[in-house]
Amino acid sequence: MKKKTTFVSKLYTLIIFVFLYAPIAVMMLFSFNSTPSTYTFGGFSLHWYKEMFTDSAAVKSLENTVVLAVATALIATVLGIMASVGLFNSKNRLYKRSIMTATNIPMMNPEIVTGIAMMLLFVFAGALINKSDVLGFWTLLAAHVTFAIPYVILNVMPKLKQLDMHIYEAAVDLGCKPYKAFFKVVMPQIFSGIITGCVMSFTLSLDDFIISYFTNGPNFQTLPIYIFSMTKKRVKPDMYALSTLMFVVILVLLILMNVAQNRAERKGKGDAE
Amino acid sequence: MNRRSIKMLDKPYLVWSVLFIIAPLIMVAYYAFTDRSGAFSFSNAAQILSYVPTILLSVLYGLAATVICLVVGYPFAYIFSKFSVRRQQMMVLLVMLPMWMNFLIRTYSWMTILGDSGVINTILTSIGLEPAKLINTSGAVILGMVYNFLPYMILPIYSVLSKMDNSVIEAAQDLGSNKKQVIRRVVFPLSLPGVLSGITMVFVPCVSTFYITQKLGGGQIVLIGDVIETQFQSANNYNLGAALSFVLMILILICLGIMNYFGADDKNDGGVLI
Repeated sequence: MKKKTTFVSKLYTLIIFVFLYAPIAVMMLFSFNSTPSTYTFGGFSLHWYKEMFTDSAAVKSLENTVVLAVATALIATVLGIMASVGLFNSKNRLYKRSIMTATNIPMMNPEIVTGIAMMLLFVFAGALINKSDVLGFWTLLAAHVTFAIPYVILNVMPKLKQLDMHIYEAAVDLGCKPYKAFFKVVMPQIFSGIITGCVMSFTLSLDDFIISYFTNGPNFQTLPIYIFSMTKKRVKPDMYALSTLMFVVILVLLILMNVAQNRAERKGKGDAE
Repeated sequence: MNRRSIKMLDKPYLVWSVLFIIAPLIMVAYYAFTDRSGAFSFSNAAQILSYVPTILLSVLYGLAATVICLVVGYPFAYIFSKFSVRRQQMMVLLVMLPMWMNFLIRTYSWMTILGDSGVINTILTSIGLEPAKLINTSGAVILGMVYNFLPYMILPIYSVLSKMDNSVIEAAQDLGSNKKQVIRRVVFPLSLPGVLSGITMVFVPCVSTFYITQKLGGGQIVLIGDVIETQFQSANNYNLGAALSFVLMILILICLGIMNYFGADDKNDGGVLI
């Protein structure tokens, strides 16, 4: 009986993974297609990888995406930490609750609503100052920072709640300047939350399509927007090649991060005990 | 940094949230209740009535996808929450990995699989069977939804299951519950917060999607997200689009409210999120 259930659960796990990875496998296979079809496999070739690097629009949009994601992560992290520390120290409960409710809005609202709400705001503000081409890098940045900050706050806040404020007070009592005490005592303890929030902001920005779709302008295209305009027509395998390459890069990064984390954990065990 | 300056720290975010969270929502309401010239009007609200079937259809598709995700995802999360800690970490990584692929490409890739001359039909014809009509059906749309949002169901459920106190389960077994009873009366009720959070995270994007219906439904199936997208990107009727978004937002809020009502307490500040 026991053996049978483990076999069934193994089979079930396998089926789920086949389902989750089937489209990725197909995409990888067809990125090596020698013909421009995404339906019939004509033979193996690296043609589309070469094509991809010569596609200047794709390279440019990739560059835009990375610039935007880095800017988003930096701004969202700084604003998010400041907001968390300030809110944590605020005694006004009503104020605290209303800010946290506002913070939840971008996470609960469907992305399409957040996107069009932002777009309407920008278009309206643009009309006020008589500018018709407001949509571009800055509107994208504002939108991305807005949907990223809640994730920073949600990761930093719990760390602050776990923190023993007496340690900070002790440092100040012992003659440490308050800002120095903050960076030396508080910062290290909430650091893991900050990193998680920062990485989440970066990846959310990198991958966002729906909100960008409504707040981008013709002058500044991100990669998901570019891919969308490609999939409106018939996709050539060069898009598959680009995605495969990005997938491999992310995979390598994740593995490296995992290895580094494991090493740090092993080291940390020695220090902690 | 004295007390007063610490209190100033959250003010930039206060300004930011008023400007970019509250103001945009006011804009939606403003556009929803005005006409093209900016005068107050109920004409958009009246037009919404003709979209009621579309809205109901969207809810139906969202529900179907959510139920499938739950039925498929729960046992999966349950199975791997019993693995060793190291293998659990591996599994979480493997479940999350596909989400790092651009979702447009992943969805498009299903076209390659389901298409009339796609992978599945190639296999079917090569073993002598009739090719099947897979793409541009409601099944394909639901499959796309399940595929894209299944990890959002699995991860919160897993997160609750992995933290569950084993002694509670042992107590139930000691008191004479059989395997099924333990799952139905102990494990499942205790994992409800994860289930609810999973349902929210799947239902909301499913109801409002437009890309999945465009690609896998081939324009045959039109949901509320498609209608809104058309108003903004091609029909240029911002007012009607805003009114529809307003309805969508209210609809989602009602759904979340109902769920919170059944889910009772709000102890987890998003803590079940991964």
